[in-house]
Amino acid sequence: MMVINVVVILLLICGLVFFTGGALGILRFPDFYSRLHPAGKMDTLGSFLMVLAVALSNLNDFSWAAVLTSLKILLIIVFIFILNPTATHAIVDAGFRAGMRPWTKKDRGK
Amino acid sequence: MMVNVFLYTALFLCILMVASLYRSVFGPTVLDRLIGVNAIGSKTVILLLLIGLIYGRLDMFVDIALAYALLNFVAVLAAARYFQKRKGLYEEPPYK
Repeated sequence: MMVINVVVILLLICGLVFFTGGALGILRFPDFYSRLHPAGKMDTLGSFLMVLAVALSNLNDFSWAAVLTSLKILLIIVFIFILNPTATHAIVDAGFRAGMRPWTKKDRGK
Repeated sequence: MMVNVFLYTALFLCILMVASLYRSVFGPTVLDRLIGVNAIGSKTVILLLLIGLIYGRLDMFVDIALAYALLNFVAVLAAARYFQKRKGLYEEPPYK
């Protein structure tokens, strides 16, 4: 049981690193399109790692009900991997059709 | 011991959600706010699962997290479709 706890803590820390990178990127990047870059990818991978940690930690006291609950948690991972890039693509599409120009080098300092 | 780990992880996630809330409040355009809301929603799913682990009722909180993920996706998709062709809604003009 000690091994599962160590693996769970490592997965949680890795997920928090990715989430921190995503939040910093959303705060610091200069443009709308470049802000979508951390929001689309880092959040997906961070969600994957942290949901996996929760599913492993649920199996700590083994029973068949816990296995079914962990399978349901893995279903959340599948949904996140389908839904998060789709939402990002929809936001990019909205910005592109509204005529927003991407940030270039001569806009530096704005 | 593991409950403390989950508790501090949830607290750090709350700090990150406040950081994303800055972009959602002060974002220059509507779509920037939408990015912030989407990031907060994907962190909320993880926060619900961690709350379920802390309370020991994970089988109940998994359903809430699943429903919240689907609801967040539908909200962001509908808002992105709604703001698609509205040029007047942006507060700052597009770059020249």
